[in-house]
Amino acid sequence: MMTSGPVLELKDVGKVYPATPPVPAVSGVSLTVMAGELVAVVGPSGSGKTTLLHLMAALDRPSSGSVRVAGAEIAAMSDRQLSALRAYRIGVVFQQFFLIDTQTALDNVAAGLLYRGIPAAQRRRRAAGALDRVGLSSRAGHRAQQLSGGERQRVAIARAVVGEPAIVLADEPTGNLDSAASAVVMSDLCRLNMDGTTLVIITHEPGVAAVAGRRIEVLDGRIVADRAVGASEGAREGALS
Amino acid sequence: MTPRARLRAADLLPNATIGLRARKVRAALSALAVAVGIAAVVGVVGITRSSESAVLAEIDRLGTNLLTVTNGQSLSGQEVELPAAAPGMIGRAYGVQQVAATAEFPSYPVFRTDKMPIYETNGLDVRACDGALLRTLGGTVRQGTFLNPATSRFPAAVLGYQAARALGIARANHAIRVWVPDPSGVTGHWLTVVGILDPFPLAPEIDSSVLVGFPLARQLFGYDGHPSRIYVRTVTSQTAVTAALLARTAWPNHPEQVQVSRPSDALAARLDVQNSGTTLLLGLGAVAILAGGLGIANVMVISVMERRREIGLRRALGATRGHIGSQFLLEALLLSVLGGGCGVGIGAAVTFSVARLHGWATLVPGVAVWGGLGIAAVVGAVAGMYPALRAARLSPTDALRSA
Repeated sequence: MMTSGPVLELKDVGKVYPATPPVPAVSGVSLTVMAGELVAVVGPSGSGKTTLLHLMAALDRPSSGSVRVAGAEIAAMSDRQLSALRAYRIGVVFQQFFLIDTQTALDNVAAGLLYRGIPAAQRRRRAAGALDRVGLSSRAGHRAQQLSGGERQRVAIARAVVGEPAIVLADEPTGNLDSAASAVVMSDLCRLNMDGTTLVIITHEPGVAAVAGRRIEVLDGRIVADRAVGASEGAREGALS
Repeated sequence: MTPRARLRAADLLPNATIGLRARKVRAALSALAVAVGIAAVVGVVGITRSSESAVLAEIDRLGTNLLTVTNGQSLSGQEVELPAAAPGMIGRAYGVQQVAATAEFPSYPVFRTDKMPIYETNGLDVRACDGALLRTLGGTVRQGTFLNPATSRFPAAVLGYQAARALGIARANHAIRVWVPDPSGVTGHWLTVVGILDPFPLAPEIDSSVLVGFPLARQLFGYDGHPSRIYVRTVTSQTAVTAALLARTAWPNHPEQVQVSRPSDALAARLDVQNSGTTLLLGLGAVAILAGGLGIANVMVISVMERRREIGLRRALGATRGHIGSQFLLEALLLSVLGGGCGVGIGAAVTFSVARLHGWATLVPGVAVWGGLGIAAVVGAVAGMYPALRAARLSPTDALRSA
């Protein structure tokens, strides 16, 4: 885990989807995320947030500009190199959790290390530690389909952090949860950030954005505001309580 | 520098079975067609081989060293006479162990009663022989006794297995007689049945004969010492050499008229006939396997579409295209090999039951077992190729968006 310096650097990034006429989803986006930051990217639906997340998660290459994750430029990378970057440097949390229903919580978390070629026993051991960090040790043996929505998302968070990636990206992590479950998930994310995990949360919920120390507002594929939010301490206290 | 993304070999199998475990019924059904096809192939090959081995065992038991000598000039299918000296000459030939001469009397039918009209025939012949016949053929008596020097002189007959069945005679005793009408139609002869023989697979003509002794044949049927069919038992290793000598030995003046044959060859020829019949069944099995392959391809394509989000997730976790492709390819392969394995089991079980039913030794050739599994693997690999490519080519963002 990196402790200082930029983890994610976007310079004048544009993404155009091929169609007639071409659809510019993101254009002219520049931002830098430093190690240990908790950044909220907010904006209405259709504003290009998810495209931005895909670019930051190295799931897609930009049409123009430069994206550097943990110092590596992804525009020039092969598919294989992008896969390696995702396996070692990036953790992603999805709105729909994306757990494998037939597997246990522990195995779902261990899957976060699957493509690093780590032996199964070691994966499980580290997964148990990650589950403990989100307070779900007692659920380790339960199948994903037996867990509640909030628990599923916490398992997904554990999976994202089990490999201690340079950056964790969360796409609407509370979008499918009720307010009580949302609060637990947010407190988990805040705690991980306070332990040093660099975190970018994409959301359109103001309450979620409030816990972040920095808020980037996106509209029509452009950044319209990028500012540190001073009131974050109080919101964090609330989230953690 | 970031290390390479890699998947341990030990994780390949659990990964590839996730889909199968999640949808067990679907997996079982799609493997079923392959199972049926492989079972058909293994069953057909197994049953054929088991029955073959039964025939081969029979040939082995009966021996391949029996030769028959006949006059090859027969036009009507009835036996024509050989020189009277032939049996004696053959007996002294190289490699000959035993000789038995027989003479057929085609103009003498055999009936249960003397009320039958003379123009009726029933395919049964009177044939003259002596005690050497039973020894040479290695035959056994089912009922009563065989002809001996005493009964050879009296109106006594031994029935071949089929002859006894045709006449409806189940046991031999002094009260049971058969009627041999004279070709003139005026008179005839009653013969007492003293014995019934077991079947001779190598000499079916004996099965449908009514056997009498040479002295009686001379007295009643005009036997003049010329045999029409001579059975020769040779030293096994010298059978071919002896067979080549026999024509000239039996009839030095006209060796071209003598036909020497080996009856066990006819049994062996039966195998080829049987084998040609199995080709159709093997073809049907192949069609079932092909259909199974198409079914697996179909199910895998559906599975790839249904599991786009899983594919997207795996790509987000660091899976390369190769990892995704190999996961689905291996899944198709497993599905097919699973079906193939069940098919081999079913085929072997069917072979075992059929072999038991017929009293054969069960023989499932290894080539059928390994071949069946191999075919299943190839079918699975080919069937999985396209779905695996589709899965591998899916872009991670498309896969995730589709959720």
